[in-house]
Amino acid sequence: MHIKLKIFGKGILDVSPLMIPVVPFGIIFGVIGMELGIGPYMTFGMSIIIFGGASQIVLLQLFSGGASSLVILSSVGAVNSRHLLYGAVLSENLSSLKLTWKIILSYVMVDQAFAVSNEYFKRNKKNKNKHYHLLAAGFTCWTIWQFSTFVGIALGSIIPDEFGLKFAIPITFLALLINDFKKIKNVIVMLASGLIATLGYNIIPFKAYIIVASLSALLIATFLTNMKLKNK
Amino acid sequence: MHWSLIIYCGMITFLTRFSMIALLKRDTFNEKTKIVLTYVPSAIFPAIIFPLVFLDNNGFIELESNSRILAAIIAIIVGYFSKNIIATIFSGLISYWILIFLIAY
Repeated sequence: MHIKLKIFGKGILDVSPLMIPVVPFGIIFGVIGMELGIGPYMTFGMSIIIFGGASQIVLLQLFSGGASSLVILSSVGAVNSRHLLYGAVLSENLSSLKLTWKIILSYVMVDQAFAVSNEYFKRNKKNKNKHYHLLAAGFTCWTIWQFSTFVGIALGSIIPDEFGLKFAIPITFLALLINDFKKIKNVIVMLASGLIATLGYNIIPFKAYIIVASLSALLIATFLTNMKLKNK
Repeated sequence: MHWSLIIYCGMITFLTRFSMIALLKRDTFNEKTKIVLTYVPSAIFPAIIFPLVFLDNNGFIELESNSRILAAIIAIIVGYFSKNIIATIFSGLISYWILIFLIAY
């Protein structure tokens, strides 16, 4: 038990620095949920049920723009498709666990938890209790996310509309991309996605511009990846 | 907004996390697919960012006296050099507020 507790503590410690940007992100989500009139219960419910910041904001954004449920669902799926990669990378380390463990760990496997636990797993391949690290990192993210959503809901009923907090949505997503600004191939993919979404906003039916733009940009990414492999 | 929509979104999100851990054996994805998946944020987030920055409330492209464009450029510059998420968010929001409240751009 002592060993498990120690690994659990290590998970909390490792993920903590990554929690700093999660706080404003969660607050912004809560504030925007209130500003769009979703109400405190549903805004908080989204954080509990979905527990995926970027997809929650996409849900709010598309819902307020009058998109259909099908478009909203597929956009949320597209935004979260990056988790497929996380699962594929971690599956090797989690394959021997019971189904209950896999369900719990899947629920909390967010970007930050994946990042630190993947590093920990690489260094502790033979440790039988290493999944406690992911559990701790994931639940730290969960707690911080719920707390900051709550603060955002409280603030959302105070902050006046004139502050234009809707602008916090593009700025927050922009901040999530800063590590890729120096990679030319990523910048090409970003520009393609952004231009297709902007120019197609009024042309693409059913508000499906996010899906159409991101799939087109992923095709370009595939093309760029192929080029890279050939160069080797 | 219906609770059912939130629950469906929750189920889809859960499945993206659960499916690979539970259902697939190791090395399901080849190297190339893994590389392409790393582009997912770059492919999706700009599709959300650009329309919110460049389009007005009626969905028309707004290039003149658009304080969002300037504020986004400032945030990009700060993000590029600082690599700090919080600095990026605050520089973007604060320059936006300065532009709309003080300069009335």
